[in-house]
Amino acid sequence: MKDKRIGMEVSIALSEAVRMANADCIAAYPITPQTHIVEHLAELVADGKLDAEFVPVESEHSALSVCAGTSATGARTFTATSSQGLALMHEILFIVAGMRLPIVMALANRALSAPLSIWNDHSDTMASRDCGWIQIFTESGQDTFDQTICAFRIAEDHRVLMPTIVNLDGFTLSHVVEPLFLVDQELVDKFLPLYKPLYALHPDKPITMGAFGMPEMYSEAKKAQDIALRGSYPVILEVWKQWGDLTGRHYHPLETYRMEGAKIVLFTMGSFGEIAMEAVDRMREKGVPVGLLKLRLWRPFPFEDIRQAVQGLETLAVLDRAISFGGVGGPVCSEIKAALYQQPKRPRIVSFVAGLGGRDVPPEQFVEMVEQAMKMKGKKKTEEFTTIGIRG
Amino acid sequence: MAKPIDQYTWKDIPIGCVVTEAGNAHEYKTGDWKSQRPVVDKDKCIKCGVCWVFCPDAAIYRTDDGYYLANLDYCKGCGICARECWTGCIKMVEEEK
Repeated sequence: MKDKRIGMEVSIALSEAVRMANADCIAAYPITPQTHIVEHLAELVADGKLDAEFVPVESEHSALSVCAGTSATGARTFTATSSQGLALMHEILFIVAGMRLPIVMALANRALSAPLSIWNDHSDTMASRDCGWIQIFTESGQDTFDQTICAFRIAEDHRVLMPTIVNLDGFTLSHVVEPLFLVDQELVDKFLPLYKPLYALHPDKPITMGAFGMPEMYSEAKKAQDIALRGSYPVILEVWKQWGDLTGRHYHPLETYRMEGAKIVLFTMGSFGEIAMEAVDRMREKGVPVGLLKLRLWRPFPFEDIRQAVQGLETLAVLDRAISFGGVGGPVCSEIKAALYQQPKRPRIVSFVAGLGGRDVPPEQFVEMVEQAMKMKGKKKTEEFTTIGIRG
Repeated sequence: MAKPIDQYTWKDIPIGCVVTEAGNAHEYKTGDWKSQRPVVDKDKCIKCGVCWVFCPDAAIYRTDDGYYLANLDYCKGCGICARECWTGCIKMVEEEK
C-alpha cells in the first residue's frame, strides 16, 4: 500500500488518516469547505469502518464543547471546521487549550464574512491565532494526510498535551484530487499508540477539570500554559523525525527551497508554497538569486529556525493571506519582524497581502512581489504593507 | 490543598489546572469575602429561625439552646438575615470593629 501512489481527494485522505488514527469520538458541524471531511467520517462510522461515536451537533460551539467532554474522559477526539465555524468555536478554543485537552482539529481555511465568502484565505485562523493550540499549516495533500496522523501523536504526548490544529487551505487543498501515498495500518498502530490520558474524568477517581482560577492563581496558570506550548517544539521535531524515518517523508518547522546563494527570499505559509516554488524556478532560470521559505509550524512559532534561515539575506518578501485591519498588515510578517527586531543584522522585510477570499496568486504575481521588494532597496519610508493583484 | 493557593508557583500547578482531590471545596473558607458580620442580640431573639430560612448560603445554624447564629467561616455578610429578622435582633457590624 505504501509503495503505491493513488489519486484521492485531500478531504477524503484526511478522513482516512483519522480512521487510521482510530479516533474514538468525532463531533462536528458541516461547513464549506470542510464538508467532505465530516461527511466521509460520518460514512466511515455508519459503515462500521471506524469504531467511534459520531456526534452530529447543532453548531460549532457545541461541536467543540462535545469534544472537550469526550477528550476529558480520555477519548481520542477529532473535529473539523472552517471560517465562521471556527469563529463560533472561539470561546471553547481557549477553554480546551487551558484545560490541556489533546483534541485534533482539521481547519479547512476559508475567509471570514462580510462580504460572505466560502473561498480560501487565512483570516479564520489568524483571528484565533492566540487560542493556545499547536497550529500546523500543510502545503499538499500528502502533507495533510501525514500531518493529521502526526497531530494526534504530538497532541497526546504527555510532554505536550495540547490541542492541535492542522490547517489546510480550503478548496485549494481540501477539494483537490492529489496523487498520494497512504500508509499501512500496522505502521500507524506502531507510530501512534493508544491514547493514555494523564487525567481523565471517571467516577472511580473523581477529579475537577476547568475549575475557577482566582487572581492568586490565574497568572501562574497562563505562564505554565505558555511555557508548555513553547515546550512542545522539541516533541514536534521528534515526532516528525520518527514519521520521516518510517515513511521517508520528512517535515520541518520551516521548509527551505533553493536557498543556496539566495539574496531575496519569498516567505509563504500553506498551499501557496507550491506556486511560489514554480515562480522561484522561473526566476532562477533568469539568474535572479531568489529562494523560498515555507512556514509549516505557526504555533509554537519557530523563532530560531527563522533567525538562522535569514542570515545573510538582503530582502525577505513575506506573503500574508489575511489583514490585521488598521494594524501592521499581515500577521505572519508582523511576527517575522518581531522575531528579527533584536538581531544585529537582518534583511529588509517587505510585507505583501494577496490571495484573499479565494483570489488566485499565480506565479507571475510572486515574480511581481520579488520585483517590488527589490525596488524598495534604498527607499527610506515604505507602506506598512503592499497588496498584490488588487485592482485600482 | 497541601498549601495555600498563593504559595503555588507556575511549576507547581497540575497540567490543565486539574484538581486531583475530590471534594476539597470544604477547605475553602469563603467567609473572608465579607465586610460586615451579623451580631445577634439574644435578649430580643425569639428563636423563630426566619434568618435560617432566608440565609442564601446556609451559613446560619441552630445552637443547642435554640438560638440561631452565623458560621463566620462561610457568612458573606449580605445582611439578608438582619433585613428579614422580625424583631430586629440582628445588627450588621463592620468587620474592623
